Amino acid sequence: MAAGGTFDEIWGHGGPEAPRGEFAALSQWIADTSASELQRRQQSAEATFRQLGITFAVYGDSEAAERIIPFDVVPRVFLASEWDRLSAGLVQRVEAINAFLEDIYGERRILKEGIIPPELIYLNDQFRPEVNGIRPPHGIWAHICGIDLVRVGPDEFYVLEDNARTPSGVSYMLENREAMIRLCPELFRAFRVAAVDSYPDMLLETMRSVAPGSGRSTPVCVVLTPGHFNSAYYEHSFLADSMGIELVEPADLVVDDDVVWMQTIAGRVQVDVIYRRIDDDFLDPLAFKPDSLLGVPGLISAYRAGNVALINAPGNGIADDKAIYSYMPEIVRFYSGGEAKLPNVDTWRCREPEALKYVLDHLPELVVKLVDGSGGYGMLVGPSSTKQQIEEFRAALIAEPHRYIAQPTLALSTVPTVTEAGVAPRHVDFRPFVLTGSSGVQVVPGGLTRVALREGSLVVNSSQGGGTKDSFVLMNDGPTQSQSQSQSQSQSEAGMRQSQGNHA
Amino acid sequence: MLSRTAAALYWLGRYVERADFTARLVEATVRLDALSAQPAGEAAWRSALTVSYTDDAFEETGQEPTQANVVRFLTLETDHPGSIIRSLDAARNNARAVRTALTREAWTAINRAWWLFQNRAMPSDATAALQLVEAVKAETRGFEGAVQRMMRNEATWLIQLGAAIERADNTARLLDVKYHILLPEGERLGGAVDRDQWTTILQTVSAVTAYRWIYSEGLTSGNVIDLLISRFELPRSLAACVDETVTLLSNLAKRTGLQGEADRMARARMARIQKTASSDVIVSGLHEYLEAFIRENAMLDSAIARQFRFI
Repeated sequence: MAAGGTFDEIWGHGGPEAPRGEFAALSQWIADTSASELQRRQQSAEATFRQLGITFAVYGDSEAAERIIPFDVVPRVFLASEWDRLSAGLVQRVEAINAFLEDIYGERRILKEGIIPPELIYLNDQFRPEVNGIRPPHGIWAHICGIDLVRVGPDEFYVLEDNARTPSGVSYMLENREAMIRLCPELFRAFRVAAVDSYPDMLLETMRSVAPGSGRSTPVCVVLTPGHFNSAYYEHSFLADSMGIELVEPADLVVDDDVVWMQTIAGRVQVDVIYRRIDDDFLDPLAFKPDSLLGVPGLISAYRAGNVALINAPGNGIADDKAIYSYMPEIVRFYSGGEAKLPNVDTWRCREPEALKYVLDHLPELVVKLVDGSGGYGMLVGPSSTKQQIEEFRAALIAEPHRYIAQPTLALSTVPTVTEAGVAPRHVDFRPFVLTGSSGVQVVPGGLTRVALREGSLVVNSSQGGGTKDSFVLMNDGPTQSQSQSQSQSQSEAGMRQSQGNHA
Repeated sequence: MLSRTAAALYWLGRYVERADFTARLVEATVRLDALSAQPAGEAAWRSALTVSYTDDAFEETGQEPTQANVVRFLTLETDHPGSIIRSLDAARNNARAVRTALTREAWTAINRAWWLFQNRAMPSDATAALQLVEAVKAETRGFEGAVQRMMRNEATWLIQLGAAIERADNTARLLDVKYHILLPEGERLGGAVDRDQWTTILQTVSAVTAYRWIYSEGLTSGNVIDLLISRFELPRSLAACVDETVTLLSNLAKRTGLQGEADRMARARMARIQKTASSDVIVSGLHEYLEAFIRENAMLDSAIARQFRFI
């Protein structure tokens, strides 16, 4: 049941008895498929993920060094019209992020015109003076963005976070779809779902399009991973594999005379474009952390010389920092000249005395976050916290207010989800992936839906026990025709028999 | 191909082969133990440790070389780097590091094997031990099958090269140790215990039936030695491994243009083994021959690492 006014993506405000018109067939499918059948399909998907090694490592958890992220078979669905609106907002936002980065490491017009307080940039850990004055090849900084969105009503989407450094999760978008096609083929007959499997091609095209102009016909592109003990290693290898390019570790690369080479059995090969999945700090010990044993010495110097493209550009952290986030509406307005199509969640900057006072007075209602935290660590969810936790945060806020922001607790939308006690609504968020190459910005029709598996919980992070769902983007809006509805149902039964047969 | 990738593929091949060989060794020793009058059984387990070059490591555990202790040590003992579970662990780590060079099937095969043995209980008796090694053999076969279906390119050949080098090493050790150490005091050459031991060697390399096809006479040590050293038909013979090494290196040379010391060494070894009569080997000293072979194999391993710029 959709509890207390929470909007459900499938059931709307009406619950299973009165779903949103377009999703009557899907709601019926949920009702018609027994809980044990749904659970069986779920287990089958998870067994496959385990076998394929689609795992992530949980730091500090030696008991389960490798876990799979729980997968839910009930998809989250976007209507074509909803998606069009979202896409337009995402393109606008990512264009603004790129313009902002170009400006901040260049002319700094936005500071000169007083839109953002300069100390917020200059005193920010995410600001990298090391890349001042560097213009990345083709002027693109944030080639791959993962914009976290939440929804609270039929027409109300908010951006929760901009990930412009090394957003992860795209392998789940693709693997979840594979699993759904295998386990619930009947859904793809009932709905025309936009394909996501062009993502690797789009990514490779994006990478090639930003190669430095060296005149070589096919630029050499690689994915750079910290190594196979990294929590997202599966994704790194998956991406390299699906693009058909080398997955390299720092030790495979060497910089000589400002040119990056990879060491192969046939000798050195020059590298033009690096999709790096290593944080700035560990990218190049000569530029950033001198005591780091990771990284490729001299990489930034090669980058500065214009001999290699780094995806995403170093220094991007300043654009997705939680302190900068609150200025994003102003940033979008400044660079695009129009209002942001995708609004922010209201945000109190605790560094501002008035905001801090408000936050301290309303702690039990708010979500408080560290500006430099991630993965659901270091945050307070007021309504579900104990008195003691709230008092601890109060003390921390008073001691170092500039480290925190606060937001209202949103009634995040829910999606029906398979639970021990049958299908029930669970809160979700959504991360679409936006690619920027030299010929423009593209949004893949899909993304990663994360779901909080515990009843009532709003925390969807995989490191905190969240799960994932496939995200369908429909190719047309109309409610399923009554004729095709009955057709899709008889097909649904056939599909189910078929998939049972496969697993017998 | 990245140099690191080449090294990891090669070692992947070696470690999977090592896990398979150790499983076969445990299986054969269980059989030998069952056939032998006590206390010959304990000698069988001692020799299993010697074959796998792990007798010193076992000694350090302070345990008696009983079946239960040695089986545990060789199969699921995580503290022992030569155990099956640690070999699979190393194989999987290498496979993970080069996932992109493997097909999904090949990766899944090794990952599946690893998961299967992660939470496995220690074998409680001979039956459980046999079930365990049977499962290991099935998994390694599955991996070899998946590798067979990979593209015929340097990734596949490097895995197979690692396997061939490892296999040559294992067969040489097996032959050496069984020949010199195993026969208990007072047992006659050609007697019942001797015979059982040679049968066990054949079983370890899956060659009991092959022996019958090739030799019309009953089991003799000379024929077993001939089979394991010189007969190209037997995939685990030294000759077959040497032959495979030459072929794989020349495949790699054709495709990558990398040819050198390793090819020369492999071809020289091939020429020698073609001229070697096993009867002469027995007369002039099998142990010395095998020792030299093992040393040569290690030198070839180093030459391969240099030639393909392993890092």
